[in-house]
Amino acid sequence: MAITVKLPTQLRDAAGNQTEAKVEGATVGEALSSLYDQHGELRTRIADDGGGLRRFVNVYLGGEDIRFLEGLETPVNDGDELTILPAVAGG
Amino acid sequence: MAWEMRRWASPRTFAANPGGGFISLPADALKCKECSTTYPLDARYVCERCFGPLEVAYTAPTGTADELKRRIQAGPHTLWRYADFLPLTGPARSALPTGWTPLVRADRLAERLGIRELWIKNETANPTHSFKDRVVSVALARAQELGFETVACASTGNLANAVSAHAAAAGLPSYVFIPADLEEEKILATGAYGTNVVAIRGNYDAVNRLCTELSAERPWAFVNVNVRPYYAEGSKTLAYETAEQLGWEIPDRVVAPIASGSLFTKVARGFQDFIDVGLLSGSVPTMCGAQAEGCSPVAQAFAAGTDVCRPVKPDTIAKSLAIGNPADGPYAVELAQATGGVIESVTDEEIVAGIRLLAETTGIFTETAGGVTTAVLAKLAEAGAIDPDERVVAYITGDGLKTLGTVRDTFAVTEIAPSVDEFEAAFAGAGVA
Repeated sequence: MAITVKLPTQLRDAAGNQTEAKVEGATVGEALSSLYDQHGELRTRIADDGGGLRRFVNVYLGGEDIRFLEGLETPVNDGDELTILPAVAGG
Repeated sequence: MAWEMRRWASPRTFAANPGGGFISLPADALKCKECSTTYPLDARYVCERCFGPLEVAYTAPTGTADELKRRIQAGPHTLWRYADFLPLTGPARSALPTGWTPLVRADRLAERLGIRELWIKNETANPTHSFKDRVVSVALARAQELGFETVACASTGNLANAVSAHAAAAGLPSYVFIPADLEEEKILATGAYGTNVVAIRGNYDAVNRLCTELSAERPWAFVNVNVRPYYAEGSKTLAYETAEQLGWEIPDRVVAPIASGSLFTKVARGFQDFIDVGLLSGSVPTMCGAQAEGCSPVAQAFAAGTDVCRPVKPDTIAKSLAIGNPADGPYAVELAQATGGVIESVTDEEIVAGIRLLAETTGIFTETAGGVTTAVLAKLAEAGAIDPDERVVAYITGDGLKTLGTVRDTFAVTEIAPSVDEFEAAFAGAGVA
């Protein structure tokens, strides 16, 4: 399934200066793996050693934080949009 | 694009300020709290390597502790008296003087709670009646040094008040983004300054997400996004002032509210700064954090013994603390653990009772965040968690006039005709002993 991943400015240099990437996968985790396959450096930037997300990385599916869904196991559908953002803003 | 050039330009340099007492630039880099990667002092807030938060790193200030103390004491009665510890390159000043708020000895509240010595840091005395004037003062000063001409923020209300007021005083256009369901008092007290109020149909975390995205698209200083490392430094002055007002001593225990966890962690950092340069002796106080039960991701993490703060959907009257996804939550948990403190939560009913308790015993009327702090203080005291000999400081961060609805119907108003007889009938025996 074709998923769009919107990339924050802080990650774009590791993704050929693209603002977004087209990836494949049936879950958020698979979509991110597909992203890492395209742009290897992104894995070290946003994934932790166990394959999860680093603690200051937020991922949103259609505007909802995936931690309110099923995390990396959240199913995704064709045409869905994932947004990666830093978690350290606000307050 | 031109704004990008402006945004990432080197900091403007300032001429020396012979009369201002400013000695040197103490800040030397932005440093990742996670992986220690350093960056120049420009408009950035997140580590490109690991996404960790950036904070300002300083070189040791010049001079001895005595010289530093004299310089502070000769400074203005605003937060700029601590300019040696703030991340500005030029003279520290702002159009709306902020800080040096009263530290009030609260003997009646202390007696009620069984505490020997209790002080209230009364932040309602700031220009827009909350501690947010401190962080905005530093953020705007730094934003102007970096060449920004428009300021913005994601706010739960107090920050909106402060950004709009300080921007108005400085003559800068501003945009404040708030949840659409914010208390009316906070919206009215923001719009009056002539800012652009943008009400978002969503909670604060949605507002914050939008501003994080917009900060990459607009040439604006979002005070708590792209210039957040400087903004956060303003909260250190809460500790500096407390220590100075206590006669250069450290309290044993601090109780402070937690929304993002920024204030909580920076207060500790402020005490540590003064210890490091020899202005104080001892150690950082026992740090106790206060959250509302309806939005307590940090208290829940603390109770579970983990620094992983699972985000929540806020549902509390304490809207100024209603951040379900707290940026500094993990550090707040670590700080409470490291200092022998605790992070507690209280119900909405306890918050209202806390507002009334503080008002009735100190004469200070606080908003819901102060109700949270007072209620947690009371809860800790009742549980015997506070040694009766401790010196305790509670940070009351905002004014009750901002959340008037919470005390509605908590007291009676006696309505009578302008008649002595009616008064006597209503208050027979009162005050005639």
